[in-house]
Amino acid sequence: MEKAADKVIITVVGKDTVGIIAKVCTFLSESGVNILDISQTIVSGYFNMMMIADLGAATKSFSDISEQLDQLGEQIGVSIKCQREEIFEMMHRI
Amino acid sequence: MINIGEVQETNEMVEKENLDVRTITLGISLLDCIDSDLNKVNEKIYNKITTLAKNLVATGQDIEKNYCIPIVNKRISVTPIALVGGAACKCPEDFVTIAQTLDRAAKTVGVNFIGGYSALVSKGMTSADENLIRSIPKALASTDIVCSSVNVGSTKTGINMDAVKLMGEIVKETAELTKDEDSLGCAKLVIFCNAPDDNPFMAGAFHGVTEADAIINVGVSGPGVVKTALEKVRGENFEVLCETIKKTAFKVTRVGQLVAKEASKRLNVPFGIIDLSLAPTPAIGDSVADILCEIGLEHAGAPGTTAALALLNDQVKKGGIMASSYVGGLSGAFIPVSEDQGMIDAVEAGALTLEKLEAMTCVCSVGLDMIAIPGDTKATTISGIIADEMAIGMINQKTTAVRLIPVVGKGVGETVEFGGLLGYAPIMPVNQFSCDAFVNRGGRIPAPVHSFKN
Repeated sequence: MEKAADKVIITVVGKDTVGIIAKVCTFLSESGVNILDISQTIVSGYFNMMMIADLGAATKSFSDISEQLDQLGEQIGVSIKCQREEIFEMMHRI
Repeated sequence: MINIGEVQETNEMVEKENLDVRTITLGISLLDCIDSDLNKVNEKIYNKITTLAKNLVATGQDIEKNYCIPIVNKRISVTPIALVGGAACKCPEDFVTIAQTLDRAAKTVGVNFIGGYSALVSKGMTSADENLIRSIPKALASTDIVCSSVNVGSTKTGINMDAVKLMGEIVKETAELTKDEDSLGCAKLVIFCNAPDDNPFMAGAFHGVTEADAIINVGVSGPGVVKTALEKVRGENFEVLCETIKKTAFKVTRVGQLVAKEASKRLNVPFGIIDLSLAPTPAIGDSVADILCEIGLEHAGAPGTTAALALLNDQVKKGGIMASSYVGGLSGAFIPVSEDQGMIDAVEAGALTLEKLEAMTCVCSVGLDMIAIPGDTKATTISGIIADEMAIGMINQKTTAVRLIPVVGKGVGETVEFGGLLGYAPIMPVNQFSCDAFVNRGGRIPAPVHSFKN
């Protein structure tokens, strides 16, 4: 199985509702993903969350986690994206 | 650590402003496929391409998923076929079989385009070069995703006017053979001056003879991102304007650099260059002309357009060069007409003419690109337009190119639809005065003097 020690950024965007963080975090904990940082804002009823997570000890591959988060997002009615951190590092840090 | 604002900025660039990696192009040398037996050449070419590029498309898609950044095209460029097929091909028809092999191999691996059906004749033509050039109309008519280019001049050698004359006829013939599809064949044929060896963009990509056996070149894009950034500095002075373009170009290029490195690692093929061009698409908000409007013009083509484009092109380079150590290819702003909604609007509004486009090509990358002209335009007139464009490249030590589509059966005022990334274009009028005697002289224009610059 492909195992990535890399950090990923998980973003959740959508209409605010009860238990979004709980569901996402439950999924991540079941997948062995360690959360390093969470920040969150709500702008006019829209939920906007970013998590930095470490897949180092994950029990699933990046693509499985990414796909299952996508499905989870559909269930809750929000959009969940999982991206490797380098794209942000490259763009915003010299 | 990365903050939420930065994450949002990146994701908005992708979701709302059409940021994408335009192409991952795998350059493949076919020099080791040379053989005097035509069947063997074809077999070797097919095998080499399908082996080396086997994982190109899947790898591209995987990188897309990892970073949530679209990679629009996966392409292949090969060694100019006039060199590869020279020993085996005795007539234009022989070369056509190689074009068909390239088409078949490219379809097998699932890429969008394959470039390199090319000849480099900036000083003179070998018989193989001439046979390849004469085979272009049939080759493009009998294949779907093969792209062809011919380099007919350079700053060091001057312009091969025999080749320029011939290319006028070849463009006409290609248009005629593909007239059922609005002369689409011409959209896959580029005539160059100072063609770069490592350009990842079609239709002019080929894998130069100075390159390694295989190499990854990446073309980034993002006119929409630049436009959105400029919306925030309306009315500010040129210093602020330039600073904004530079910073944006930096960010866009960094994404290309990341994708190139990742593709290179996964495919185990060395990384070549990043081409940091602003390449428009027909999608709304993905237009270079819209950037020119945002800089302060009513339409592309208005007075000030050449200066605005010069500034844009230079700032894109300045920002991009800082972002990647290996910048190459064409690197600048593309101004194709049919592929850019803002350019189409400018032509339809009467703001943009062929002559103004020619002036714009003096300061931006490439040249007269994807311009539909009346189908009854004479071959010598097309050669004349090519010669003008080549002269601009030769004197200014830059790459220039011509991709004209004389649409058979259509005239000024009508529109031609190519579909997909190639877009649609209103047919533009061409100067009707003759240049027959000029084009028919034969021979070549000598290389220019490299001193006494004025």
